[in-house]
Amino acid sequence: MDARRGRDGAHALGLAAVNTPAVEVSDLVKTYGSSTAVDGIGFAMAPGSVLALLGPNGAGKTTTVEICEGFRRADAGTVRVLGLDPHTDGARLRPRIGVMPQGGGAYPGVRAGEMLRLVAACAANPLDPAWLIDTLGLGSCARTPYKRLSGGQQQRLSLACALVGRPELVFLDEPTAGMDPQARRLVWELVAALRADGVAVLLTTHLMEEAEALADQVVIVDGGRVVAEGTPAQLTEERPETQALRFRAKSGMDTGLLVAALPEGCAVSEPSPGGYLVTGTVDPQVVSTVTAWCAQQGVLAEELRVGRRSLEDVFLDLTGRELRS
Amino acid sequence: MSGRFAPGTFTPAPGAGAPARMLLTHARTEAMLTLRNGEQVLLTLLIPLALLIGLTYVTVVDLPEPRVDSLVPRVFALAVMSTAFTGQAIALGFDRRYGVLKRLAATALPRWLLVAGRVVGCLAVVALQLVVLGVTGALLGWTPTVGALVWTVVLVVLGTLVFGALGVLLGGSLKAEVVLALANVIWLVLLLAGGVVLTVDALPAGMAEVVRLLPSAALTEGLTDALVRGTAPALSTVVTLLGWGAAAGLLATRTTKLV
Repeated sequence: MDARRGRDGAHALGLAAVNTPAVEVSDLVKTYGSSTAVDGIGFAMAPGSVLALLGPNGAGKTTTVEICEGFRRADAGTVRVLGLDPHTDGARLRPRIGVMPQGGGAYPGVRAGEMLRLVAACAANPLDPAWLIDTLGLGSCARTPYKRLSGGQQQRLSLACALVGRPELVFLDEPTAGMDPQARRLVWELVAALRADGVAVLLTTHLMEEAEALADQVVIVDGGRVVAEGTPAQLTEERPETQALRFRAKSGMDTGLLVAALPEGCAVSEPSPGGYLVTGTVDPQVVSTVTAWCAQQGVLAEELRVGRRSLEDVFLDLTGRELRS
Repeated sequence: MSGRFAPGTFTPAPGAGAPARMLLTHARTEAMLTLRNGEQVLLTLLIPLALLIGLTYVTVVDLPEPRVDSLVPRVFALAVMSTAFTGQAIALGFDRRYGVLKRLAATALPRWLLVAGRVVGCLAVVALQLVVLGVTGALLGWTPTVGALVWTVVLVVLGTLVFGALGVLLGGSLKAEVVLALANVIWLVLLLAGGVVLTVDALPAGMAEVVRLLPSAALTEGLTDALVRGTAPALSTVVTLLGWGAAAGLLATRTTKLV
């Protein structure tokens, strides 16, 4: 009987582990003096999934992540990370998570390999530090002191430190800040590989395309509150009536005639030189009007496409302000 | 998006490392970084070494003969103070600036190991310093007894812990540049007027009573008892050291910040 009870107990535990959200935050509040950094943020992150906290600087992303990591204590609300309270159960939680804090973290005089070996020594079954150093393109600067590494190299070392302990869940705070496009691509591949191997990833970013490319779930925060959440597709397809038609042509064209020819409610703008944007209800007639106008102007409309709004459009609609990097 | 990483590369296998391995790796890293830092080597090794050799031959300071015998305990005390207080304070100030404490606090490294690693790293550097200074002293004619060396080890470990706590108290809460300035100034003041180069007995009466209560004077006196007078250190020196250590340790646990 005892043995059976034991087995049933283990079974129940296993089920609980499968169903436990990787991160569950509700009604989180954190104030610093008179300013409120986090003002009621809440979300739940499925195990093994990728969640992006998206928002401008000062939105409360880092504070939220640091509360989840156990570095800060919430003033109100509850936080469960892998089913544990990060503040009271930190010692049990830390071996199971990987953390990439914003702005790196290493001894000023340490070499990349030494730092990674130290962090690896803290884990029971670490990845091979030498392999990780090479994979992240740090082999060429393996003997350079940390303080002389470029910002992007410091970021990559920090990422390696977050991954080396084979965690179940990693927190990546602005993982691609200061990285060149190649390194950013590598980080994206890493996140995809982590997800494929069952590692949950909570990342913060102010880059729309990063959230759109990586995340199963996007939580848009602004002013310490959640202003929208859902899959990238849900967020961008919420209001199909506000579609967009984009095309490229020579810059600086007078679009007055085009606006006159289009149905009421359509607007034309040129957000970047030569990149035109028509918003409104984009139906086949609108597409035909645009191409006819281009033909009249004697220009070829390149890269013409009708698409849903980008996450950036959604963000601007929701917060009415520009993203700042 | 696939190709670069074979499936299963990152399959979770979490868990904390073995405490002994964490401690060893952490302490080794700390000691190695100290020894690789030029300014630290100047402070911890070259200045005590220069004082030992210089004051043995240059008689600007009145010392009982043989001069090297009375200098060895003073440079030992100075070496402990340099590494455990000034070195530790400055390193901690900049480590905090660079976020390394936060980095390590985010790993499975338990909090007690975060402290223990630094302490063991510090003790390793102090041991190396004393070997170099001791061998140099021996070449200059210093001949210690075994009993004296036992007391020396006890006092050096105690001194390292006490000055280490003071170093953490200073380096754990202020800005790195402020720590750098204060740690060097305090080191110089303690060296000149804290009962190290000039022992308490050589100071004017009113000043001696105050200086006697400083940890620098207590450590120097204790080591002089052991190495020159061949006795156990006076209880008052041990009590003074313990008092400073307890006060600094308790305060430091409240004031030390990760960043």
